Amino acid sequence: MDAKHETEFAVIGGGLVGTAIGWGLARLGKRVTILDEGDVAFRASRGNFALVWVQSKGLGMPRYAAWTKLSSDTWAGLAESLEGETAIDVHFRRPGGFNLALGEEELERKMLQLKRLHNQPNMVSYGYEVVDRARLQTMLPEIGPDVVGGIYCPLDGHTNALKLLRAFHTGFARLGGVYRPANAVERIVPESGAFRIDHGGGVMMAGRVILAAGNGNARLAPMLGLNAAVRPQRGQIVVTERLKPFLNHPVMTIRQTDEGSVMLGDSLEEAGFDDTVGMGVISTIAERATRIFPLLGRANVVRSWAALRVMTKDGFPIYDQSRAYPGAFLTTCHSGVTLAAAHALNLAPMLAAGVLPEDFAPFSARRFDVQAAA
Amino acid sequence: MFKRLPDSGAESLTITVDGARIAAREGDSVAAALLASGRVVCRASAVSDAPRSPYCMMGVCFECLMTIDGIGNRQACLVRVAEGMRVETQSGAREFGR
Repeated sequence: MDAKHETEFAVIGGGLVGTAIGWGLARLGKRVTILDEGDVAFRASRGNFALVWVQSKGLGMPRYAAWTKLSSDTWAGLAESLEGETAIDVHFRRPGGFNLALGEEELERKMLQLKRLHNQPNMVSYGYEVVDRARLQTMLPEIGPDVVGGIYCPLDGHTNALKLLRAFHTGFARLGGVYRPANAVERIVPESGAFRIDHGGGVMMAGRVILAAGNGNARLAPMLGLNAAVRPQRGQIVVTERLKPFLNHPVMTIRQTDEGSVMLGDSLEEAGFDDTVGMGVISTIAERATRIFPLLGRANVVRSWAALRVMTKDGFPIYDQSRAYPGAFLTTCHSGVTLAAAHALNLAPMLAAGVLPEDFAPFSARRFDVQAAA
Repeated sequence: MFKRLPDSGAESLTITVDGARIAAREGDSVAAALLASGRVVCRASAVSDAPRSPYCMMGVCFECLMTIDGIGNRQACLVRVAEGMRVETQSGAREFGR
């Protein structure tokens, strides 16, 4: 069915999710077109904190914890492949990360949460440890007096997300993928086993269509008999000037980039599509960061911004295939960086094969179709 | 390279640059005093390590970053000299806590 269409696969969305999948498909020899919005798009891929994070993920859905761990474990291979194909070093490092606690109560709460996470049936097993203040001081010598301890997980790491997005785009283009920016999709119509896509630049016929449009999925999914109940959730980030390296581990809300800047994050706010920065939240972020590393108080702040996560009701991703229109798929998550390796190396082959495996059932949006009690 | 105007008055105070004493004049910016003393390099780039000099002299270009009285990345063109001020050239990115 594919030869007669303009493209075998149309991926809707050119952020980290769409380009990871597009690159993964193109590597398998598929003909892929990515349709994207322009510079005005809400682009979570350009505003995120760039952690490749495992600890604390999956309480309520062990399948998600396993998927996250798989991505973390294959991330180094992804970085290597991207560098080999594009000469772009995305600066992935996995030195292990910390979730630090300011106060005993906070530490207790974090420990309890991890215990619950790992006590779940079918939970993937991996190591983590509770680190007391004395040991923390040897690993993070600059911590302040308020830090009582923290959780360390050797699987946690970080990357340069801007370079990652650039590498996916560059690699995709090198493999012959077609990227069409400023072609926002208006309508998708299933038509005799294929899909007609009306977009800003005209009409395109595709054999298969993969939604990776972030918050835009909510509008597009119903056109394909799919449900993408996602909403924007704002996060704000503060960035300092470049400093000599002092921080060897990402600390969930504080990390030093490969270029020396220190990123401080990140809030969780329900603010609709308002992506403006507010002093109140920024001040709280800075205050907490300077309690964790007091010397940060001397650093100059050079930028702050807000971006919008793509959030489901339960916080877990949706990977779904349309029952009504085979060949239509939905992908959405709020961890496009962490899951980049899983999307490019594992999900893309499933989409190329045309079917999601049975053990992906937990990721289906059908989990939200629960009737309200009478 | 730079000479003071003949009517510019006496050099009235002393600062140190990397420990060396330099004569400066009341009202000089640190960058101006540095240039007047014959020193043109204020730092090495955090990115390429190339030597950099004060450029715009009006607070816009951020080329003149120096460590002044123990605080890194200050714009030397916007800080006025004071008697005994300790000025240091910087190499690479600012050090954490300085």
